[in-house]
Amino acid sequence: MTDQEALFEYLLRLGDSTLILGHRISEWCGHAPVLEEDIALANTALDLIGQTQMWLGLAAEVEGAGRSADELAMLRDVWDFRNLLLVEQPNGDFGQTMMRQCLFDAFHIELLTALSQSDDNRIAGISAKALKEVTYHLDRSSETVIGLGDGTEESHRRMQAALDLLWPYVGEMVTPDAVDTAMHAAGIAPDLTALRARFDTRIDAILTDATLVKPDSTYAQTGGKTGFRHSEHLGHLLTQMQWLQRAYPGAAW
Amino acid sequence: MIPDVATIWTWLDQVPDPEIPVISVVDLGIVRDVAWHGDTLEVAVTPTYSGCPATSVIAMDIETALYDRGVRNVRIRTQIAPAWTTDWLSDTGRAKLLAYGIAPPSPAGGPEACPQCGGTALTRISQFGSTPCKAHWRCDTCLEPFDYFKCI
Repeated sequence: MTDQEALFEYLLRLGDSTLILGHRISEWCGHAPVLEEDIALANTALDLIGQTQMWLGLAAEVEGAGRSADELAMLRDVWDFRNLLLVEQPNGDFGQTMMRQCLFDAFHIELLTALSQSDDNRIAGISAKALKEVTYHLDRSSETVIGLGDGTEESHRRMQAALDLLWPYVGEMVTPDAVDTAMHAAGIAPDLTALRARFDTRIDAILTDATLVKPDSTYAQTGGKTGFRHSEHLGHLLTQMQWLQRAYPGAAW
Repeated sequence: MIPDVATIWTWLDQVPDPEIPVISVVDLGIVRDVAWHGDTLEVAVTPTYSGCPATSVIAMDIETALYDRGVRNVRIRTQIAPAWTTDWLSDTGRAKLLAYGIAPPSPAGGPEACPQCGGTALTRISQFGSTPCKAHWRCDTCLEPFDYFKCI
C-alpha cells in the first residue's frame, strides 16, 4: 500500500464512521422519547453528515479517480465501507443509542483533538471545525449516560446491558493496525495506543458517575475499519440509505 | 465599471441569513473575504456548522444578490479553516439577535439574560435547539422558552 492509498483508506475510515453513525441516529427522527431528544439526535446526525461531506470530499480528492463524495457515500457496497463496527450497530432502545454515542464521542473528541494538530493542513482544518461540534455531542451523550445509569433501577439495568453489549466494539476504535501505524509515521494521525489511555480516563470517569461497571474483558470485534468483515447490520442500513441512488441513478435535488 | 470591494461588502451586508433573517451574512461573520480575480469576484464563505442546511442557501443568496447588482461572474469559495467562531458575530448582529428574541452567545456558556423580560434565573432545556447553532432555554421569571445562540 502506497502512502497515498493509506491516506485514502484513512479518510474513508473517518468519513464512513461519521456517515454511518449520522444515518443511524437519523433513524430516530420522529421517534425519540421526547421532542427535545428528537431534535438533539437530528442535530447531531446533521453535524456528523456535514463532517462526512468534508472527509469524503477530501478522500475523493486524494483518490483522484473522478469520484465525488456523494458517489463514495451512495455507490459503494458493504465490502468497500471502512467505518468502525460500533457505529453500524442497531439503535436498540434510546439508552443503547446513547451508550453507543457516548462511547464513540469519547473516542471522537480525542481523535479530533489530536488530528487538529496533523501535519496535513486539510485534515487539521476539518478536525478543528468538527471538534467544536463534537464537544457538544459528548457533553450531551455523557450527561445522558450518567443520568440514565444513575437513574431508576430499570434505566440502570438497561444502560448496563447496553454497555455489556457494545463494549466488544470499543477495542477496534483504539487499537492501531497497519493503516493507523502508517498514518502516525507520516505525521498525519496520532498514536492510537497513547490515545487509548486518554480515552480510558474519560470513559472511566463517565461510567463511574453513571454507576456502571466496565466489562472486565479486552475482547474486541474487528473487521470494520479494514473492511474485512462488517456485521450483518451494515448491509441492511445501506439498503435504506442508498435506496434512492440505486433506484434512480444520478437523481439530483 | 467594476464595483470596488468596499461596495461589495455593503451589498453583502444586505443579504439576510436564511434561518435568522434579522441578521446579515456579514453580521454572522461567515463572509471571510471578497476579492476580484480578473473579472471574477471570489467570495470566501465559511460554514457555521458542518451540516448546516442553510449553507448552500446562503451561497445561492449571495450569488443572486450580486447578480442583481450586475456582477455576472461570482465564485463562492468554501473556506473551512480557521473554523467559524461565534466571536466573529458583529456587535450589530448581537444586538439584532437580542431584539429578535434570541439570546446572543456568551463566553460563560449560557445566556446572560432572558431576551423577553431580562430575567437572569434561567434553565437549560436542551443543548440542541431548532437549528444547529441554537440551544433551547427557559426563563424561570417569565416562564417563556427562548433560543440561545450557542458559543462555538
